[in-house]
Amino acid sequence: MDDLLREFLTESAESLSALDLELVKLEQNPNDLDLLGNIFRLVHTIKGTCGFLGLPRLESVAHAAENVLGKVRDGELNVTPEIVDTILKSVDRIKGLLTTLEETEAEPEGNDNDLIDRLNAMAEGKEAAPSAPIPVAEAAPAAPAPVAQAAPEPQPQPQPHATPTEMADAAEAAAGRESAVAAQNIRVNVDLLENLMTMVSELVLTRNQLLQMLRGQKESEFATPLQRLNLVTSELQEGVMKTRMQPIGNAWAKLPRMVRDLAHELGKKIDLRMQGADTELDRQVLELIKDPLTHLVRNCADHGLERPEERRQAGKNETGRIILNAFHEGGQIVIEITDDGRGLSKEKIKAKAIQNRLASEAELAGMSETQIQQFIFKAGFSTAEKVTNVSGRGVGMDVVRTNIERIGGTIELRSQAGRGTSFFIKIPLTLAIVSALIVEAGGERFAIPQISVVELVRAMNSGHKVEEIKGAPFLRLRNRLLPLVNLRTVLRLGADAAQVSSDDSCIVVIQVGKFIFGILVDRVFDTEEIVVKPVAPLLRHVSMFAGNTILGDGSVIMILDPNGIAAAAGDVTMTHESAAVGEQATTGSQGDKTSLLLFRAGSGTQKAVPLALVARLEDVDAANVEISNGKPVVQYRGKLMPLVPIDPASPLKESGKMPVLVFQEGARSMGLVVDEIVDIVEERMTVQLGGDRPGLMGSAIIAGKATEVIDAGHYLTQAFNDWFAAASERNQVEGTAKRVLLIDDSPFFRNLLTPLLAVAGYDVTSVDGAQKALALCDAGRDFDVIISDIEMPGMSGFEFAETVRRGGRWQGTPIVALSSHTSPKDLDRGRRVGFVDYVAKLDRDALLTTLSQTIDAQGAA
Amino acid sequence: MSKHNDTWAPDDDKGTREFTSMTIAGQLFGIPVLTVQDVIGEQRITRVPLAPPEIAGTLNLRGRIVTAIDMRRRLGLPPRPPEMSGMNVVVEKGGELYSLIVDSVGEVLSLDGELFERNPATLDPVLHDVSMGVCRLDKELMVVLDVARILDIKRDQAA
Repeated sequence: MDDLLREFLTESAESLSALDLELVKLEQNPNDLDLLGNIFRLVHTIKGTCGFLGLPRLESVAHAAENVLGKVRDGELNVTPEIVDTILKSVDRIKGLLTTLEETEAEPEGNDNDLIDRLNAMAEGKEAAPSAPIPVAEAAPAAPAPVAQAAPEPQPQPQPHATPTEMADAAEAAAGRESAVAAQNIRVNVDLLENLMTMVSELVLTRNQLLQMLRGQKESEFATPLQRLNLVTSELQEGVMKTRMQPIGNAWAKLPRMVRDLAHELGKKIDLRMQGADTELDRQVLELIKDPLTHLVRNCADHGLERPEERRQAGKNETGRIILNAFHEGGQIVIEITDDGRGLSKEKIKAKAIQNRLASEAELAGMSETQIQQFIFKAGFSTAEKVTNVSGRGVGMDVVRTNIERIGGTIELRSQAGRGTSFFIKIPLTLAIVSALIVEAGGERFAIPQISVVELVRAMNSGHKVEEIKGAPFLRLRNRLLPLVNLRTVLRLGADAAQVSSDDSCIVVIQVGKFIFGILVDRVFDTEEIVVKPVAPLLRHVSMFAGNTILGDGSVIMILDPNGIAAAAGDVTMTHESAAVGEQATTGSQGDKTSLLLFRAGSGTQKAVPLALVARLEDVDAANVEISNGKPVVQYRGKLMPLVPIDPASPLKESGKMPVLVFQEGARSMGLVVDEIVDIVEERMTVQLGGDRPGLMGSAIIAGKATEVIDAGHYLTQAFNDWFAAASERNQVEGTAKRVLLIDDSPFFRNLLTPLLAVAGYDVTSVDGAQKALALCDAGRDFDVIISDIEMPGMSGFEFAETVRRGGRWQGTPIVALSSHTSPKDLDRGRRVGFVDYVAKLDRDALLTTLSQTIDAQGAA
Repeated sequence: MSKHNDTWAPDDDKGTREFTSMTIAGQLFGIPVLTVQDVIGEQRITRVPLAPPEIAGTLNLRGRIVTAIDMRRRLGLPPRPPEMSGMNVVVEKGGELYSLIVDSVGEVLSLDGELFERNPATLDPVLHDVSMGVCRLDKELMVVLDVARILDIKRDQAA
């Protein structure tokens, strides 16, 4: 018999007995939503599996039953004894069909229209017509009886051409029989294995204790038997471990077939790749992640990947790809599921979230894309527009997440529209004997899984000195700076963190993923084999611990979770975005985040320029610098580009490379020579103005440092005295310079945008508030276009636009909104109140394009 | 016994119920004897950093790891003087073992439902949260604790 089929039979037999029990419970507690959800899922799973195995009869019965249950779950139907009866009847029918399936490896012929019609009638809310003679009394009491205990009565061979009714009878009679397949395999209760494991662990610990005692004695008559005990224990331990460990490939065995069938059904081309199938993990864990994995792959195939023609249009290979990858990392198993499909649609998720009342529009507006994506993990969420046979009933991602979290794992997702979606599942090795390093900090001992330990470094060694930057310790290790975490500090062990420097203190160098850091501990003892036991539920929220264990001396010790500590160490890649979800979304108050290019030039202070102004960064070789008209220039893209040093006093370098910031306007470029490019940061910037030096707009605190923000306009005019003039001249030729009114309360942006617009040939007037702008209106000034900030004290941009549109001199003047928030909601509102367009602050090109378009449109009108 | 509602679930048809009695800071408490797995003397306890303050730590009970709860802290009572050794009352919940650290453990009392009263309104709010009611014994009052609610420790904000 097909492995797949065998497994399906065993699995279904279990699901069905569970269903029987749950249904009877449901009848007693019709309002128990959890119970209902559970039943729904069980039926859903059966239906799904039947679909993939190509068992239409089973599938159609399960589908009809699921429809009814779905209605009940959505509150459209109430739980009545009739409904429960009929569902139970369907369960019995499924059992009957399964029995035949087991004997003949094929579904019996015939159909179940009687039952399905009844179910459909119910789903439509019609009172179930008692057309089919279904005795109520028969189904109900049969339900809770364990299937296995039913007497194995001699069964009539199912006739190949039975009529539906006969078939149904035979099926129901067979339903009570134990599955022969299930009996062939010994299914050992996991608890039993768990107990066995516990006992072995105890044995291991006792052996360790004995060995420790023996080590103190030179000659002992116990030495030989103990040696033997040692060996046997090790083998036993290994054996028991093996009973629990299985390659993850076992959980994947079904997937190729499933994906193939899905591809057929959906008319898609799918290439499924599986890597790391031999990664072993605990059997229990394996069982628990099987369903979530299947769901995820199914989702990738169904929702993630596009149809061949769509893919072709998007310029992708017609064949979509799903990649499964499993590997061990830092004492955890990581499973990645990646597709190269369409990615998650933010807009669809938003719409769905609103439709299903998971969040309000206002809440969504303030959420990051990652936060929005997290909605797919919420209960009752489904993005598929159609309810297909395959997925999309709102069972799925929430169940996936729940199941993974139940075993202490995490699931993360990364999605890029048009590029695909990746899921990252991390599951801890909840039950395994691992080698661990025992360390001490603040008088307590802890175990660190050896697998994450790269090396040990003695802190007081002359070559390795712990240095501090504002309280944060670092270690110079072979020409690298190793961030350190003081275990006492992260675990708040109370003891004075400053008095670490005992001679024994050691640094345990840890690698988590690509992040390497050191844990500062007071003392390192030894490595020991430990049995990882999950921590009590009361302590599970402490992310620093991966588990606890009992040492050879009988004491309990906590096992540190390198991932948790890395997260505490501030490794950005370790922080889970999802943790922030559900918390109050940081709405609105992001302020004006600006991308800034940090560099050093001239005097020591760090300098910054808004990245939006810089066209490119180039390295110019000093040897290529020529002098033209007494000024340094360089050939750049077939033209001469003037080079301007930040500090006129310091001449250009004689040799070597010089980093240059290239500013560009039209066909002209100018290079600003700096000493070193430091970084690009995105920060909320508050500029304290009052730069009294030319070329300096002001200073601000950026990345924790005092930084001078340079005035790009100043350097532009240095390069071309006529930079502004030329631009406005160009405009002059075409007509009068277009007049622009800029309203922004932030002096920084006014100072930034005014030269920018002037460069582009506009005649710019800027004011710091809507009131002042209205005063200009009253004063009879005219403008071709108004650019207004949205968030301003006093009158907001929205109110300003409304006021202007209501009538008056500027009624016809186009207004462009300028804001750091460009959510669709804002766009809508902006359009309503009369803005012609919406531009993100500091999107230089967009602003200029919008302005010229707006003015052109105005001219044409 | 019906008037005592479902809080009083008698062990037998005579309506009596057995409690393990214990003292914490001079006050007599009781928990249903059937919930008690074990009573052991003072144990070596491993502190668990970052755990809620009520959790004293973990200890090893014949190869099983038991989470110990400092009942004085849990009930908002003053800490036990250092010279006083505690007792561990081991209970189970959801397959996990927990130890309630108390000052001393007394005898098992078989009590009649008539002696039981639901939480009086003026009972200390902390006790109110974790107790099912009060039994009027001859000499003193015994607060009947609800083990499930004792173990329902609010996570601190660090979670």
